[in-house]
Amino acid sequence: MNTVRVPATIAEGYLESLLAGQPRLPASPLAWLNKLRADAVDRVGVLTVPTLRDEEWRFTDISPLTKLSFHPASEPARLHPADIERFYIEEANTRLVFVDGVYAPQLSSVAADGVVVANLGAAATDRAIAAHLGQHATFHDNVFAALNTAFLHDAALIMVPHNMTAGAPVHLLFIATQREAASYPRCLLLAESGSAVTLIEDYVALQEAAYFTNAVTEIALADNARVDHIRVQREGAQAFHIANCAVSLARASRYHSVSVALGARISRYDLNVLQTAEGTQCTVDGLALIANNQLADTHTCIDHAQPHGVSRQQHKCIVGGSAHAVFNGKIMVRPGAQRTDSSQASHNLLLSGSAHVDTKPQLEIFADDVKCTHGATVGQLDSEEVFYLRSRGLSESAARNMLTYAFGAEIIERIPVASLRHRLAQTVLQQTTIQP
Amino acid sequence: MIYRDSKTILEVRGLRASVDGVEILKGLDLTVKSGEVHAIMGPNGSGKSTFSKVLAGHSAYEVTGGSVLFEGRNLFELVPEERARAGVFLAFQYPIEIPGVANSQFLRLTYNTVQAQRGRDELDPLEFDDFVREKMKLLEMNPDFLERSVNEGFSGGEKKRNEILQMALLEPRLAILDETDSGLDIDALRIVSNGVNHLANKDNAMVLVTHYQRLLNYIVPDYVHVMEAGRIIKTGGKELALELETRGYDWVSAERKAAMEVAA
Ligand SMILES: Nc1ncnc2c1ncn2[C@@H]1O[C@H](COP(=O)(O)OP(=O)(O)O)[C@@H](O)[C@H]1O
Ligand SMILES: [Mg+2]
Repeated sequence: MNTVRVPATIAEGYLESLLAGQPRLPASPLAWLNKLRADAVDRVGVLTVPTLRDEEWRFTDISPLTKLSFHPASEPARLHPADIERFYIEEANTRLVFVDGVYAPQLSSVAADGVVVANLGAAATDRAIAAHLGQHATFHDNVFAALNTAFLHDAALIMVPHNMTAGAPVHLLFIATQREAASYPRCLLLAESGSAVTLIEDYVALQEAAYFTNAVTEIALADNARVDHIRVQREGAQAFHIANCAVSLARASRYHSVSVALGARISRYDLNVLQTAEGTQCTVDGLALIANNQLADTHTCIDHAQPHGVSRQQHKCIVGGSAHAVFNGKIMVRPGAQRTDSSQASHNLLLSGSAHVDTKPQLEIFADDVKCTHGATVGQLDSEEVFYLRSRGLSESAARNMLTYAFGAEIIERIPVASLRHRLAQTVLQQTTIQP
Repeated sequence: MIYRDSKTILEVRGLRASVDGVEILKGLDLTVKSGEVHAIMGPNGSGKSTFSKVLAGHSAYEVTGGSVLFEGRNLFELVPEERARAGVFLAFQYPIEIPGVANSQFLRLTYNTVQAQRGRDELDPLEFDDFVREKMKLLEMNPDFLERSVNEGFSGGEKKRNEILQMALLEPRLAILDETDSGLDIDALRIVSNGVNHLANKDNAMVLVTHYQRLLNYIVPDYVHVMEAGRIIKTGGKELALELETRGYDWVSAERKAAMEVAA
C-alpha cells in the first residue's frame, strides 16, 4: 500500500516536524494525484522556510510560526449546524464546509443547479482536474504551496460548465476548531468558456488559540469566463494564516477579486494573476483591517503576458494599535504585451502612532506601448473632517469611526453579495470602535 | 427681531485667541439675545472665521483670554460635540468634503445623536428619509444629494445649501453663518436666505458673518458690527451695512482712532 513517506533527506527542523507529524495519507487510486503529492513532498525536502533575508519576506517575520509545534488536525470536531449557522451566507445555495481542513459533508449542502461542486475524493476522476490541480499554484519555489500539496486530500472543486451562469454564489467555509493544529485548505475552480460564477472563500475560527492554516487556491478561467472571487480571512486572533492563490486568465476572460483580511496574528496572502491570452481584464481589490499586534501581508502579482490586458487594483490597509501591514504589488508587463492598461493604488490609514505600514509598488515593464499608473498614500484621519463631524454633535470616537469606516467602505462596497457586504460593513464598524 | 425680555444667548467679553502663537482675536465683545439677527462685517483677515471657529471649539485656536457664556454656561468647558448638542451651530465658510460617507447617513446620524441628547425621539432610516426630504424642499435641494458623499464634488452653492440643511435638522439656539452668502448666485442667495428666515424665531439667534451688504437685503439684521484686527470696533443698525457698502471700512477705523485720541 502506498503512503506518503517523509524522505530521509529532509533536514531536521520545523518542516520535518510538520511533515512527520501528519498522519499518513491513504494513497489515491489516481496515479497522477499520488505523484503530485510525492513531488511536493520532495520539494518540501529541498526548500526552507523563508526568513527576513528573503526579498519576498523582508517585512514579514514568520519566525513565531516556526517556534510553535503544530500537530495534524486530529479527528475533526463533530459540529452541528447550530454551531456554524452564523457564518452562513444567505445568497449562497451551495456551501462546502471544511473543519480543520477536513471535508464535512453533514454541514455542507450542494444545490443541483448545474455547477459541479464537490470534494476532491468524489470528483477526482474528471480529466480536467488532473490538467489543472497543482498546475497553477506551482510549488517548485514555494514551500507553503509544496506543504499544502504534500497533504492534498480533501479539496473544494468547482466546475462551471460552458456558457453557464451560476445562479448563486458558491460558499467555501473553512472552520478552525483545534488549537495547535495545522490544516491545508485547498480549492480548485474551473470556469469553462463563457461561464460565470461567484466564489466566496471564507476562513473562520471557533477558538482563539494558535493554529496554522496553509491554504492554496487555483482558479482557471477559460475564454470569456467571468469569476467574482471574494476572500474573507477572519481567522482567530492567534492564528497563522498563509495562503497562495493562482489565477489563470484565458482570452477575454474577466476576473474580479475582493480580499478582506481581518483576523490572524500573522497572515500572508499571495495572489498571482496570469493573463495568458489577449484581451483579459482583472480587478484586484483588497482591504486589511488590523489592530493590536497583528501583521497582515499581501503580495500580489499581476502578470500581463499577452497584449490588450487590463488590470485595476486598489488595496487599502487600516492599521491600529501596534499592528503592521505590508503590501507589495507587482505589475509585470512582458515583452510583446502591448496595449496593456494597468493601474494600481495603495492607500493606507494609520490609526495610532505605533501602527506601521510598508507599501511597495513594483512595476516591471518590458513593453513600450502601455499605460501603467500607480500611487501610494499613507496617512492619518483628517483632523478637519473629524472636527466637522464633531461640530455636528458626533462624539470624537463616533466621528473617527465614521471616517475610518468610510475609508474601508470603498473596498467592502465592491463585494457583489449583499448580505456579506452588509456583515463586513458591520464588522469594520465594530472593529474600528475598539481601536485605541 | 429684537424682543423685550428676551434671554441672553451669547455673551462674549474680552475674548482673545491665537493660532500658532499669533494673536488673532484681541479683546472681542458681543452680546446676542434670543430672537436677534446680528451681522458681523469686516475686511478679509480681520478674524471673523477665527471667531466662528473658536465658538465651535476648533482645537487649532487657543483661547488666551476673556470669556464666552452660552445661555449662561461657560462655553469653553464644552467639547465641540457638546456645544453642538447644546445648540451651537456653525455653517462653515468652507464646508469639509467627506468621501465615502453618504450624506443621508451623515445627516441621520447627526440628527439622531442630537435628538437623543435632547431627550427626543430618533428616527429610523425610512422616517428620516421623509423628514429630510421635506427640509430639502425648503432649500430647493435635489434629493439626489442624499445619496452622494458628504459635500464631495458639490458646487460652492450646493455645499452652502447642505450647511443650511444641517442647520434646519439640528435646530440650533445659536447659528453662526460664516460667509454662507459668498459664492452664491442670486437665485441660490434667495433660496438660502429664505431658508434662514424660515428657521429664525424668537427663541434662537443668528450671527451672519458676511462681506457683502447684498445678503442683508434678504436677511434683515437687527445689529451690524464692524470687525477689525480681532475686535468689534463699531456697532449699528441695518443702515450701517449700507454705509459700509458705499464708504468701505476705512472711515470706521479712522473714526475710532479719532475717538480714542479725544478720549486720551
Ligand atoms: N489655522 C490658521 N493658521 C494660521 N493662521 C490663521 C489660521 N486661521 C486664521 N489665520 C490667520 O488669522 C487671521 C484672521 O483670519 P480669519 O479669521 O480667517 O479672517 P476672516 O474670516 O475675517 O477673513 C488671518 O491673518 C489668517 O491668516
Ligand atoms: Mg473668513
